[in-house]
Amino acid sequence: MTDQTALFEYLLRLGDNTLVLGHRVSEWCGHAPVLEEDIALANTALDLIGQTQMWLGLAGEVENAGRSADDLAMHRDVWDFRNLLLVEQPNGDFGQTLMRQCLFDAFHVELLTDLTNASDDRIAAIAAKALKEVTYHLDRSSETVIGLGDGTDESHRRMQAALDLLWPYVGEMFTPDAVDDAMRAAGIAPDLNDLRARFDTRIDAILTEATLAKPESAYAQSGGKTGFRHSEHLGHMLTQMQWLQRAYPGATW
Amino acid sequence: MSQEWPLWEVFIRGQHGLNHRHVGSLHAPDAEMAIKNARDVYTRRNEGVSIWVVEAQHITASSPSDKGPLYEPSESKVYRHPTFFDIPDEAGHM
Repeated sequence: MTDQTALFEYLLRLGDNTLVLGHRVSEWCGHAPVLEEDIALANTALDLIGQTQMWLGLAGEVENAGRSADDLAMHRDVWDFRNLLLVEQPNGDFGQTLMRQCLFDAFHVELLTDLTNASDDRIAAIAAKALKEVTYHLDRSSETVIGLGDGTDESHRRMQAALDLLWPYVGEMFTPDAVDDAMRAAGIAPDLNDLRARFDTRIDAILTEATLAKPESAYAQSGGKTGFRHSEHLGHMLTQMQWLQRAYPGATW
Repeated sequence: MSQEWPLWEVFIRGQHGLNHRHVGSLHAPDAEMAIKNARDVYTRRNEGVSIWVVEAQHITASSPSDKGPLYEPSESKVYRHPTFFDIPDEAGHM
C-alpha cells in the first residue's frame, strides 16, 4: 500500500464516520422528544456534515481522480464506505442515540486532539476546527447519558440496555490495521492503544456517574472501517441518503 | 406536571460591552442543560458571546393590574428629566 492510498483510505474513514453519523442524527429532525433536543440534535448533525465536507473534500484531492466530496458521499455503495460499525447502527430510542453519540464523541475528541498535531497541515487544520464542535458534542452527550442513566428506573434501564447493545462496537475504534499503521508511521494517526487508555478514562468516569455498568466482554465487532463487512443497516440508510442522486445523477439546486 | 422540565428565561449578550437581553425561554432539567439548550436554540446564528439563564419561577414580575399606581404618577413629573439645564457651550456635547 502506498502512502497516498493509505492516506485516501484514512480520510475516507474520518469522513465516512461523520457522514454516516451525521445522517443518522439528522433522522431525528422533527421527531425528538422535546423541541430543545430536536434543535440540538440537528445542530450536531450539521456540524458532522460540515466536517464531512472537509474530510471527503480532502480525500477527493488526495485521490486525484476528479471526485468531489459530494461524489464520494452520494455515488459510492455500501462496500466502499469506511465508517465504523458503531455509527451506522440505527437510532433506536432517544437514549440509544445518545449512548451511541457519547461513545463516539469520547473517541472523536481524543482522535481529533491527536490529529491537530498531524504532520499533514491540512489534516491538522481540519481537526482543530472540528475539535471545537466535537468538544461541545461530548459535553452534551455525556451529560445526557449521566442524566438518563442516573435518572428514573425506566431511563436507567434503557441506558443500560443501550450500553449493552452498543458496547461490542467500541473495540473496532481501537483495533489497528495496515492503514492505521501506515498513517502512524507517517506522523498522522495516533497510537490507538494510547487513545484507548484515554477513551477508557473518560468513559469510565461518565458511566460511573451515570450509575451504568460497563459490559465485561471485550468482544469487538469488526468490518466497518476496513469495508470488509458492514452491518445490514448501512445499506438501508444509504438508500434513503442517496436516492435523489441515484435517481437523478448530478442533480443540483 | 412535576414530571415536566421547568421553564427557563434566557438572556444573551450580543457583543462585548452590551447588556444581556431577554431573547426567549425554553425547558431544561437543570441550569447547566438550560445553558446548553440556550446555546443550541438561541445562538445558532452567531448571536451571542454570553448566556444567562434563570428559572422562570424565580422572576418576580410587576402585575399589569398595578399599572396605574406604579407608573402613572411619573407621567406628570417632567422635572425629573434632566432637560431643563442649560449646558455651557464650553462643556460641549454631553
